[in-house]
Amino acid sequence: MAKRKADLPTTEVVIPSRLDAARTVEEDILREVEKHGYQPDAAFAIRLSLEEAITNAVKHGNANDPSKHIRIRYAIDGGKVEIHVADDGPGFDPRCVPDPTSPSRLSLPNGRGIMLMRAYMDEVTYNDKGNEIRLVKRKA
Amino acid sequence: MAETKANLKITKEGQVYVVEFEDRKILDELAITQIGEQLSELVASEPGIRLLLNFKNVEHLSSAALGMLITLEKQVKEERGRLKLSNIRPQIFEVFKITRLNRLFEIHDTAEAALQAF
Repeated sequence: MAKRKADLPTTEVVIPSRLDAARTVEEDILREVEKHGYQPDAAFAIRLSLEEAITNAVKHGNANDPSKHIRIRYAIDGGKVEIHVADDGPGFDPRCVPDPTSPSRLSLPNGRGIMLMRAYMDEVTYNDKGNEIRLVKRKA
Repeated sequence: MAETKANLKITKEGQVYVVEFEDRKILDELAITQIGEQLSELVASEPGIRLLLNFKNVEHLSSAALGMLITLEKQVKEERGRLKLSNIRPQIFEVFKITRLNRLFEIHDTAEAALQAF
């Protein structure tokens, strides 16, 4: 159940670590993005990045363990959209993820999520542990 | 005669199997797995297949969907077939460009152009 903190305009949702459980949150966020007048290109970028962040949290962070949880915090206003996605995993070093466009990796079926998020969002950062991603999209 | 399974519409134009995605969003991992399995069965059942994937309905696509397409492309090659993509809208084409997969796949603006190129 979503709760709104009193001190910050941030909504926080904790869901079981399953992709189907994330659908409602994704749709809630996209509705709010639309409500704040973001252009279709921005909505496209946010939907794609959110999908990638949640998929990474479920598959890699929480290793497909449905007993674990995903914590999503988001704040949306007329200036920017900021979304944090955290998992229960041990974290990772994003600097160690290889470039999926290098010739030796171009035909591998995975490893493109982080690259797409970086291409589509204005800011993509991780916490020190590497188990929480922060995505920021500013209104054009 | 069109066959519809797992959100795919499959028709045959001459020697070419034409697949249209029925969903606007190819994001969901489970749906992507089902689509991949169905396409893989089709490729396995038709050695030397000529396969056109028409993206005209697709508005969103995730990296998991790209992975499924890459796996399919490999299988088509192994089966000595040919795979082409068409009708990819600019937003989605940008995803292919960013990941440089526009170099891996043969992409045509329209299904007609793709069919002529087989």
